[in-house]
Amino acid sequence: MANVGIVIVSHSPKIAEGAADMVRQMVGNSVKLACAGGDPNGGLGTDVAAIVAAIDSAWSEAGVAILVDLGGAETNSEMAVELLPEDRRDRVVVCNAPIVEGAVIAAAEASGGSSLEIVRRTAEELSPQ
Amino acid sequence: MTPEQLHRVIVTVADAVIDHADELTALDQAIGDGDHGLNMKRGFDAVRADAALLAAKPLPEALGAIGLQLVMKIGGASGPLYGTLLMAMGKAISPDGANIAAAFAGGVAAVKARGKSQPGQKTMLDVLVPIEAALSAGAPDLPHRLPAIAQAAAEATVPMEATRGRASFLGARSIGHMDPGACSSALITAAVCRALGD
Repeated sequence: MANVGIVIVSHSPKIAEGAADMVRQMVGNSVKLACAGGDPNGGLGTDVAAIVAAIDSAWSEAGVAILVDLGGAETNSEMAVELLPEDRRDRVVVCNAPIVEGAVIAAAEASGGSSLEIVRRTAEELSPQ
Repeated sequence: MTPEQLHRVIVTVADAVIDHADELTALDQAIGDGDHGLNMKRGFDAVRADAALLAAKPLPEALGAIGLQLVMKIGGASGPLYGTLLMAMGKAISPDGANIAAAFAGGVAAVKARGKSQPGQKTMLDVLVPIEAALSAGAPDLPHRLPAIAQAAAEATVPMEATRGRASFLGARSIGHMDPGACSSALITAAVCRALGD
């Protein structure tokens, strides 16, 4: 089975791209990776259509883990998941984890072939319980 | 509701949001990230541009399509929140709009779930929930009373401390400002009533 894909969603295109660069350096091409940063006009914010496209691009049969920064990125990511075809929705999770550390650690876990649930749990261990 | 009435509601609401974008942004600069007016304007510019097309649809489909438009265009948390309200209402409402109270209650429940929030946290729910209650109670002159109910509810968010959304980062410093989402909800309520009352 393919490795879990990773999607990074930030209000800032630079943060999204920079976090993706760090992930790429860590895991190379062993994990599918996509990011979405900025509102529909390229300003600070998040764009549901861009998040849907990022999920499609990072899609893996093993599922996709999404890492987000602030509230709107989480809400818009959850909205994007609901807009996916029904058979994909339950294979995409939004992780409650810091965006940069969470993306790197989730990708490292995914590159070892771990399941979506393990990838998510590993990233979420970074958050204070 | 006739297509003409629906068209008037869409245009009146969109114009109200667009005209008050700067005021919403100023409120959001005080306690949020300063983009509420800009985001709402982007969403409602798109809705206004499609007003004729949207108004030609049956009411349930029209509400769903407006909601999706807001989700796709707003770019901040208010997109999925207002979008969810309208999309959930669209799923529940009858084509003649007679069950508006029940449909609105369904929409508010969906907003609570989407935002993982409850009234009292200084959000749009502090306006939506009193409107839901007024709609459920019903009264013939409701369209004339709702704007004042919504405005009073928005003003009641001024002394609240935010515990949800971006303003919650400020803690006690959020006290003393109206919540921008509560303000836009009151604004939209007034516009809907104005359009239906004329």
